[in-house]
Amino acid sequence: MIAFIVRRLLQSVVVMLVVGFVAFSLFAYVGDPITIMLGQDFTELDAARIRRDLGLDQPFFVQFAHFVVNAVQGHFGISYRLARPVDQLIAERLPATLELSFVAASLALALGLPMGVYTGLHRDSWLSRVMLTLSLVGVSLPTFLIGILLILFFSVILGWLPSFGRGTTVHLGWWTTGFLTTSGLKALILPSITLGLFQMTLIMRLVRAEMLEVLRTDYVKFARARGLPNRAVHFGHALKNTLVPVITITGLQLGALIAFAIITETVFQWPGMGLLFIQSVSFADVPVMAAYLCLVAFFFVVINLIVDLLYYAVDPRLRIDRAVSGGHTV
Amino acid sequence: MTSPRANRPLLEVDGLRVEFPTRRGTLVAVDGVSFHIDPGEVLGVVGESGAGKSLTGAAIIGLIEPPGRIAGGRVTLDGRRIDDLPYEEMRRIRGRQIGAVFQDPLTSLNPLYTIGRQLVETICTHLDVTPQQARARAITLLQEVGITAAERRIDHYPHQFSGGMRQRVVIALALCANPRLIIADEPTTALDVSIQAQIIALLKKLCREHGAAVMLVTHDMGVIAETADRVAVMYAGRIAEIGPVRDVIKRPKHPYTIGLMGSIPTIGRNVERLTQIDGAMPRLDAIPPGCAFNPRCPKAFDRCRGERPEAMAIEHGQVACWLYANGRMGER
Ligand SMILES: Nc1ncnc2c1ncn2[C@@H]1O[C@H](COP(=O)(O)OP(=O)(O)O)[C@@H](O)[C@H]1O
Ligand code: SF4
Ligand SMILES: [Mg+2]
Repeated sequence: MIAFIVRRLLQSVVVMLVVGFVAFSLFAYVGDPITIMLGQDFTELDAARIRRDLGLDQPFFVQFAHFVVNAVQGHFGISYRLARPVDQLIAERLPATLELSFVAASLALALGLPMGVYTGLHRDSWLSRVMLTLSLVGVSLPTFLIGILLILFFSVILGWLPSFGRGTTVHLGWWTTGFLTTSGLKALILPSITLGLFQMTLIMRLVRAEMLEVLRTDYVKFARARGLPNRAVHFGHALKNTLVPVITITGLQLGALIAFAIITETVFQWPGMGLLFIQSVSFADVPVMAAYLCLVAFFFVVINLIVDLLYYAVDPRLRIDRAVSGGHTV
Repeated sequence: MTSPRANRPLLEVDGLRVEFPTRRGTLVAVDGVSFHIDPGEVLGVVGESGAGKSLTGAAIIGLIEPPGRIAGGRVTLDGRRIDDLPYEEMRRIRGRQIGAVFQDPLTSLNPLYTIGRQLVETICTHLDVTPQQARARAITLLQEVGITAAERRIDHYPHQFSGGMRQRVVIALALCANPRLIIADEPTTALDVSIQAQIIALLKKLCREHGAAVMLVTHDMGVIAETADRVAVMYAGRIAEIGPVRDVIKRPKHPYTIGLMGSIPTIGRNVERLTQIDGAMPRLDAIPPGCAFNPRCPKAFDRCRGERPEAMAIEHGQVACWLYANGRMGER
């Protein structure tokens, strides 16, 4: 168990170093920071001084090491566009994105899982057919279109929900939350549906497929042959066996939610990291882009780690202990 | 329970018919199968793959998977008709009155739960006991099926047991609530040859001790010879011949059985691999008119191609073959 965690942690570090390297390379290949910072009129002396101040005169790997050391502490330098420390910018935007992704993921899971179980158990009911048809729509419509349609209907025509922004937020230390005000909660509804819909249909279809698969297995048939009630067979035996793939996909999807919040944030002018990133790209604001890249990769790595630990909790076959299994075979 | 007549069979299957509706018409996989099993008796069931053995067993415990369905006949357990019961009532009979042992012990157990959990869950479903009592009973059962250090092993997961050990656990699960009948569908086919005999012996011993009758489906004529009291030979969804095991093995009547018994059976002889009889069993959508066996039968005559033989009483059993109609007994 410990060895397993250590191994996974080491892998995570390697992944982060690779991503960090890519992010660092952005500095070298996307624009020259000196020109960007000094504008058009500068002397060679100015340039050399700044180059020395920024450490740009040092060998490549020394620079990379500096970058890594700073990045680990959360320092990504100064935004070219906003002339403020990147870590501050990110910290301001992070809560918006995380709250949005969290609500979207909860929505996707809370609806997708029961719908998947239902459509798996009642394959031929009309309700299952309705859900499956709707889910096809959910999968095939592009996110921005869903967002625009929702805005059109609920904001423009009905006027029930806001079409942009986070509403009123409350500060809890450096974290800003929209969970504590009515306008904050209302503002969350449309963007989180937009962001979570695709994930929800995906989870529903996955759970359904896995349920159908598991219901055909011998151990489910044997559970029935032992006279166990349907509830125990369906939820105790079948559903639990669908969890491993569901955890994997949900975990990956949570990472994807954070990453792909870009589109939803743009449609809803949601003041999150995705919107910050899009704006930074058009200004070639490399420090912000690099920080965003590293942060998203970090979330993916952390989520993957949690997913692996959950496997461990769910599936005893991974908890191999040979000391026990040996000796007692026929 | 009504007071059982002394000689009433435990299980009676009468004219059982199992169908699968398909796009190209209805397939009849079990066609008018009738037999009985007495209390404590072991009935062996043999026949090539696809003969309808498993479906007969599944029909008895009410677990035919849709779109398959019981289309006719009746199943009576201890005088009570059970084939038309609502799902919930039939569920209470499964495990409690009729236990099942499946073919593959590697896939019969849920990999995510300890064997103890699966045993306790089954015991608590059927018997009115506390979880502690259920666990104690589970340990006793594991000891009975020959699992050493049962107190410790009960908390292990299926993957920590070998195939043979897992089949012992499956047998313990089938016996959890002391059912009166066990349906064992090829319980050793998936196991290593070296341990097949052990498992069969264990099954027979435990069923005798628990007073359970057994419907033992197998390919192995040797197992039948050693274990069964009577044997039913199935062919293309019907019973070709049924009778006391000694009679059927020593003096088989039906030409198909005669083919099967081409030589003296020994343990490990596999019906499926017998090449005594030319040809193959017909597919369900191509069962010939008359006797289903007639294209392969060395004794076939005109009547066989036109009329289907029903089961006819002979000595201690029955045979479905025109050779035995109207006193033509044994003419070969
Ligand atoms: N779901 C199904 N759909 C169509 N035919 C089936 C289905 N299940 C079983 N059968 C057919 O029923 C026949 C009997 O099957 P089975 O009882 O499993 O045979 P056995 O156990 O004797 O090998 C076979 O010919 C098989 O093809
Ligand atoms: S009825 Fe005719 S074809 Fe069928 S087994 Fe008897 S002799 Fe052979
Ligand atoms: Mg079978």
